Amino acid sequence: MSTPVTEVPINPTEKAHIDVESVTIRFAGDSGDGMQITGTQFTDSSAVFGNDLATMPDFPAEIRAPAGTVAGVSAYQIHFSSLDIKTPGDDLNVLVAMNAAALKANIADLEEGGILLLDEAGFTDKDIEKAEMKSNPLTDGSLDGYRVIKANITELTINAVKETGLKGKSAELCKNFFTLGMMYWLYDRPLNHTLKWLDEKYGPKTKYKDKPEIAESNKKALTAGYNFADTVELFTSHYRVKKAALPKGKYRKISGNEATVFGLLTAAQKSGRPLFYGSYPITPASDILHGLSRYKNFGVITFQAEDEIAAIASSIGSAYAGGLGVTATSGPGICLKLEAMGLGVMTELPLVIVDVQRGGPSTGLPTKTEQSDLLMVMFGRSGDSPLPVLAARSPGDCFAMAYEAARIALKYMTPVVLLTDGYIANGAEPWMIPDPASIPEIKTNLVQSDGEAFQAYARDPITMARKWAIPGTPGLEHRIGGLEKARNTGMVAYDPENHQAMTNERHAKIAGIANDIPLAEVMGRADADALVISWGGTFGTVSTAVEEANKGGLPVAHVHLQYLNPFPRNLGEILDKYDRVIVPELNMGQLRLLLSGRFGIPVQGINQVRGKPFKVSFLVSELHRILETQK
Amino acid sequence: MTTATAEPLTRKDFASPVGIRWCPGCGDYSILSTMQGILPTLGIPKENFVFVSGIGCSSRFPYYMNTYGFHTIHGRAPAVSSGVKLTNPDLQVWVITGDGDALSIGGNHFIHALRRNMDLKIILFNNRIYGLTKGQYSPTSGVGTVSPSTPFGSVDQPLSPISMALGAEAGFVARTSDNDVKHMGEVFAAAAAYKGAALVEVLQNCVIFADKVHEPYYGRPTRNDTLLYLKHGEPLRFGKEMEKGLVMDKFAMKAKTNPTEAEVLIHDEKEASGALGFYLSRLAHPEYPVPVGVFRNVERPVYHAGVRAQVETAQAKNPPSLDKLFNSGSTWTVE
Repeated sequence: MSTPVTEVPINPTEKAHIDVESVTIRFAGDSGDGMQITGTQFTDSSAVFGNDLATMPDFPAEIRAPAGTVAGVSAYQIHFSSLDIKTPGDDLNVLVAMNAAALKANIADLEEGGILLLDEAGFTDKDIEKAEMKSNPLTDGSLDGYRVIKANITELTINAVKETGLKGKSAELCKNFFTLGMMYWLYDRPLNHTLKWLDEKYGPKTKYKDKPEIAESNKKALTAGYNFADTVELFTSHYRVKKAALPKGKYRKISGNEATVFGLLTAAQKSGRPLFYGSYPITPASDILHGLSRYKNFGVITFQAEDEIAAIASSIGSAYAGGLGVTATSGPGICLKLEAMGLGVMTELPLVIVDVQRGGPSTGLPTKTEQSDLLMVMFGRSGDSPLPVLAARSPGDCFAMAYEAARIALKYMTPVVLLTDGYIANGAEPWMIPDPASIPEIKTNLVQSDGEAFQAYARDPITMARKWAIPGTPGLEHRIGGLEKARNTGMVAYDPENHQAMTNERHAKIAGIANDIPLAEVMGRADADALVISWGGTFGTVSTAVEEANKGGLPVAHVHLQYLNPFPRNLGEILDKYDRVIVPELNMGQLRLLLSGRFGIPVQGINQVRGKPFKVSFLVSELHRILETQK
Repeated sequence: MTTATAEPLTRKDFASPVGIRWCPGCGDYSILSTMQGILPTLGIPKENFVFVSGIGCSSRFPYYMNTYGFHTIHGRAPAVSSGVKLTNPDLQVWVITGDGDALSIGGNHFIHALRRNMDLKIILFNNRIYGLTKGQYSPTSGVGTVSPSTPFGSVDQPLSPISMALGAEAGFVARTSDNDVKHMGEVFAAAAAYKGAALVEVLQNCVIFADKVHEPYYGRPTRNDTLLYLKHGEPLRFGKEMEKGLVMDKFAMKAKTNPTEAEVLIHDEKEASGALGFYLSRLAHPEYPVPVGVFRNVERPVYHAGVRAQVETAQAKNPPSLDKLFNSGSTWTVE
C-alpha cells in the first residue's frame, strides 16, 4: 500500500555510535511549523522501536498567534529511554528551535552543554525583532555553553522537494520533516514508520489522492534530512537508546484522552449499557469527544450539546433512560455542571463526569496543566452532596480509571467524578494491550417488575444502591426529581427526620465504597519517618523524586492516591505511622486541606502552579529542604 | 420492546395517587386533566410515556401523572429529555415547562431542542408571571407589570414564545388555552402525532399573582372577537358572525371588517418558509385578535433518526470489538 521510497538513505555511516540510557528532546517552533506532528512521529517511531517513553505537548491557547512571536511558540517534549521511566524529563538534552522565538521560550530548560539544533532561516533580523530579542543569538555568543548545530533547514528543504513541483511556502512547510529526518539520524531511529504514516495520511487512498506531491515532498524532506545529517559534518557521532526492558506483552502508544475513550467504551461493553456522551467542546477535553465520535460502531451516541449544562443534563437524561451517561469537560465546564451534578446525587443515577483539569481560575491557562479542581468537585454543590472522586495517575491509567469510574457509578447508582489533567490527557506512554476477556463484566441495578409494589429508593442492603427502573419497563412507573425524597418510597418529602435520614444514607453509601476499592500501598522507604502523599497525574514525577531522594540518602515513604473520595480505608492507619506528611500537588494545597481536615494531622505542602508538571529535581530539593532544615 | 396492555387505557390509569398542591382555581388543573384524557387515545403503552419538567409551578406536573416522570432543575428539561429520547427512541417524551423556565433560565435549551427537531412534545404554560417564587414579572409579562421585583412597573419588553420557536426553526408550533379543554385536547393530539419537536403554548391563568391576565382576549364574553381560531386551509376569519378577516397590506397583516373573499388570507400550516406562521405570531391584543391553534406543522428530519442511522450504518460495517479497538494503530511486542 505504501509507495516505494525512491531514495533509500542509510549509507553505512562511519560515525561512531554512543550508547545512552535516556534522552529528552523538545521540538519547538511556530504554531504553524508542525511541531506537534514532528514530536508525535518521533514518539511513535521510538515506541515501535521499543523504548519506554513519556511525552508532553505544550502549545498556545491561540490557534495561530502572530507568527514568529513568543506567544505563538508550540512545543512537544519527549523523554525516551532503555529504562522504565515515568516522566517527560526535567532538563532537555536536545532542543530543536525553528525560530528565534522558539529559542527564547525554551532555552532555559536546555542542559548545560546540551545539543541545540537551529534553523538559521528563523533568525533573520525580523525574527529577532518579533521575538523581542536585543541581539542575534547566533552571533552574540549567548549560546556558547551549548553544542549549537546551525543549518538553513528551510532552504535545504525547499531544494530537497523541488522536483515534486512544490515551491515557496508549500515547500517550506515540509521543513519539520527535514528536521525530523535529522533527529532520526542523530538517535538512530528507522524512517519506515513515518514514511508509512505519510502514505496513510496523504497517499493515494486518502482525500489527498489528487495531490500526490504532498506525501512525496514530505517523504523527500524526511529522507533528505536524514542524509544531510549523515553526510555533513554537523554531528560527530550519533546516539543509540536501546530497547527498554518493559514487561513482556503487546504494546501500543496511548495518550490519556485516548485511554479515557477506550476505558469508557470498555465499560459500556462490559455492562451492556449503551454509552451516551454529552459534551461541549473545551480544551483539553475535546479529544475525548472527537475520539468517541469515531466509535459509533460501539453504539455510542455522542451529543455535542448547546452548552456545558445541556451536556451533563442530557447525560443525566440518558442515565435515567438506562444509558451509561458520561460527560467530560475541564474546570470552567465543571463550574457550569455543578448544579446538575447535585441533581445526579439527589436522584442517585449512574453518571461519569470526567474533568480534564487545566490552569484556573476562570479561563485561566486553557492548554496548561494543573490539579486545582479537587475541592470544587468534592464540595462545589448546594447542600451535603457527596460523590466518589477518582484520579488517574498516568496516560495509560486513564483507561483503568475510566472503566473504574463507570463500574462504581453503575454498581452504586451515583455520579462519579474522574479527574485527569492536561498533562496526562495530552501526554503519551506505552500501554500494554489488555486481553478484553480478562476485564470483568459490570453488574448494574436494572430491575424488571417482580409483582411487588415498586419502591424507587429502596436500597440494596450491601451497596445501598437503589434500583434502576428505566422508562419502558411495564409496571414500574415512578417519579424522581431534585426535591428531597422520602426513604424507600421516593415520594417528595420535606419532613426533618427524613431529610436527616436521607442525608445520612447518601453519605453512608459513598463512604461504603471504601470497602470496594484497593488499599493504599506504601512505596519507597516504608520505614522512614516522613511520608509523601501525591495524587492524580503527578505520580510519575513524585515517585521518581522519592526514588532519587531515597537513593541520595534521604529516607521517605510514598503513597499515591487514585481515590480521593472515599479515601482507601487503610489511609488513616498508614498516616499514624509517620511523624511528617508532605503533599506535593499542582495547586495551593487542596489535598493537604482534605487530609488535615479529615485526619486532624499537620500536613506540609509542596505547591506549584506554573502550568507545567513538577520537575523531579525541584521535588528532590524541596524534600531535602523540608526534611533537613525544618522540624 | 413492550407490548400493549390487554385492557385499553383510560384516564384513570394516568392519575397519580399523589395529592395535587396547585392553588385552588389554578389553570394547571385543566391542563393536567386534558393530558390524562388524551394519552389513552394515542395507542402508546403506558410505560412508554415520560414526563420531564424543570422548575416552577407547572414543573410539578410529572408528580401528578402516573407515568415515568423526572422533575429536573431550572430550565434544563429539554436537555435532560434529549438524553432520554436519544437513549430510548421508543419513548414518547413530554416536556412540561413555564414562561420563566423555558424562555428565561432555559432559553438556550429551548432554542436548541427546537432547532435540532428533537422528538419532544413541549407544553409551555404561559401565565406571564413567576408563580412559585411569588410573583415576579416574567419574560412574557407586559411592559409596566407591577410585581415584587418591579414595584414601579417592569421596563423589559416581553417576547412571544411562538415567534421565538419559529425563529428557532421549530416544525410544529401551536397555541391553546386552559379555558377551552376541547381545543387544548385537539392541539395536544396534533402535537403528539407530529414527528419531531412540537411546541404548544398554553395560555394559563395564575389565580394568585396574575389573575385574569389572559381574560381580555380569551374570556368567554369577548372571545369571538378577540381570538382567531387557526384552521388549516380555511380563511383567517373571526368575529361573532365571522365578519372580520386578516388581509395583507404591504408587509403587514391587517384585520378588516367585511373583507372580500379574495383578499382574506387562507391559513396554511404547511407553508414552507414559516413566514405566515411568523406574521400570525406577531398579532397581539388589543390591536389584533390573538391566534390559537396550529401556526406551523411541517415535516423536518427528526434528530434521533439521523443519529440512529449513523450508529446502525457503523455497526453493520464494523461490528464492535474491543480486541480490534485496542490493537488499532501501531503496536509492538516485547518478548
